[in-house]
Amino acid sequence: MTSTTPANESVAAIALRDVTKHFGAVHAVDGVTLSVRRGELFGLIGHNGAGKSTLFKMMLGLLPVSSGEIRIAGASVRGRDFRAVRRQIGYLPEHLALYDNLSGIETLRFFAKLKGADLAGCTPLLERLGLAAAARRPVREYSKGMRQRLGFAQALLGAPQVLFLDEPSNGLDPAAIREFYAILHELRSQGVTVLITSHILAELQERVDRLAIMVNGRVQALGSVPELREQQDMPLHIVLRLEPSALELLHRCLGEMPGLQLLVTPGQPCQATLSCPRPAKMAVLAVLAALAPLGSLLLDLSIHEPSLEDVFFGLRSSDA
Amino acid sequence: MPDIEWRQLATLAGKEFRDRMRNRWVLAVALVFTVFSLVITYFGAAQQGQLGPRSIEFTIASLVSLVIYLIPLIALLLGFDAIVGERERGSLDLLLALPITRLELLLGKYLGLAAALTLSTVIGFALDGLLLFRQFGWPGLYHYLGFVFSSVLLGLAFLSLALLISVLTRERTKASGLAIALWFGLVLVFDLLMLGLLVASGGEVFGRSGGQALAYLLLLNPTDIFRILNVFSLDQVRSLYGLASIVPPALANPWLMGGAMLAWIAAPLALATWRFRA
Repeated sequence: MTSTTPANESVAAIALRDVTKHFGAVHAVDGVTLSVRRGELFGLIGHNGAGKSTLFKMMLGLLPVSSGEIRIAGASVRGRDFRAVRRQIGYLPEHLALYDNLSGIETLRFFAKLKGADLAGCTPLLERLGLAAAARRPVREYSKGMRQRLGFAQALLGAPQVLFLDEPSNGLDPAAIREFYAILHELRSQGVTVLITSHILAELQERVDRLAIMVNGRVQALGSVPELREQQDMPLHIVLRLEPSALELLHRCLGEMPGLQLLVTPGQPCQATLSCPRPAKMAVLAVLAALAPLGSLLLDLSIHEPSLEDVFFGLRSSDA
Repeated sequence: MPDIEWRQLATLAGKEFRDRMRNRWVLAVALVFTVFSLVITYFGAAQQGQLGPRSIEFTIASLVSLVIYLIPLIALLLGFDAIVGERERGSLDLLLALPITRLELLLGKYLGLAAALTLSTVIGFALDGLLLFRQFGWPGLYHYLGFVFSSVLLGLAFLSLALLISVLTRERTKASGLAIALWFGLVLVFDLLMLGLLVASGGEVFGRSGGQALAYLLLLNPTDIFRILNVFSLDQVRSLYGLASIVPPALANPWLMGGAMLAWIAAPLALATWRFRA
């Protein structure tokens, strides 16, 4: 959905050009072209079976493409330079399976050796992810959250330049999720590119720079969350709390404002929701000006942008 | 020349080997071999009213049966989930996203498991070897070392088959079923079929000069190769074995048999590599 020119491909950490994957007659991924910039935190979302996992696997070199081209840091993950490319990649799979018989530190050392990473970096990584005390305990004794943190530590081995994180907050408690994203933002500031998927859209909404929404194997929308709202032409909502006597005055104040819808919550006569058309900024200013005569009858006012979930379901319903 | 980084191979093999040492698999299998080999050595001639080894030839002939039943089973159980187990647990993708090739993963696993199997076999037969050396001296030990070496080769051949099964299947349960079926087919059924063929043809199949080619069917079974390797070098015991005694002399060449056993190690592994890459 984005126009990928050779110029921006040369600086792209991840570049996909017209990538397609067929399994027999099934088109799991269909003509995906996108470019993720260096140092970008990029989200990939979609319903189950949308093609995210297949795309992920192709980007990691686990599956060959049927057609098209994928380049990570300028090189092909399945080409001659695959070892050099994969040393720059960190991967945390959705269904993380570690070796139960190994301890945390042994697990990291095993993966560090295969990745060609410095073994001395394993202990500091465990400390950074709060696993230092459990470093010598076998993984079979780890909780789900601890396993996920160990998996994340594994992905960070060797200071990767591109991170692929598939549902990374699985099993993490709220504090651990906050800590996890703090690390991601720190990495991003160091120029690390992060590609992340999550079914918890609210989690991604405030944290990613851009995202792609996949529907039926295609990238249906691409951009930052505000850009996606604009693309979808989704109205924002202004929720008002009023004195009971103010509803009639509210109707008179708003009059015949074009595109404005007033929804009164049934059974709650003191609450009203205004649905503003885009361009939202102008509409909000006009509504606020129109509400001035309400004065002290207006008890509270809040403005709600459409969430990423609204955008996602809006796209799905329009696609259906 | 395939792209192989030996360091990656050593890391993968080292993990497999250490896992089997840590969970005492090597120790357990070695103990099984030690106990069985000592029992067979000392009580193998009990029916003839004698305790203790009668001769090195008869002792080895008795141990051949033990090895033919036990080592293929142990090797198949050791290797059947090497790949399919990683696939089913979900750790295969994580491994393959690392800077390693599929060939390195397969060979690394094979070498690690092969080292564990070899070590347990050698340790398991060591005590019996020591006792036989005291009784029969260097010539006896020479025969016995040949037997242990061929036992290791037999184990490696079945381990190679186990890895092929592991690559070909998508579920551990199917892989384990296939491994047991293979053991049953090669260890129990194959020789019965050969005997049936022999009896049905009135004993002429392997006897006529033109029909001798059928004896080479024994090369299709690594357990028969192992049997021929160990029995044909022992004049006293050829008569003990039905099939072995009618095998043409050309098959008594240990180099030919050794080569056939190596082919049984290499071919399934090569097939597994090809299938795993595809």
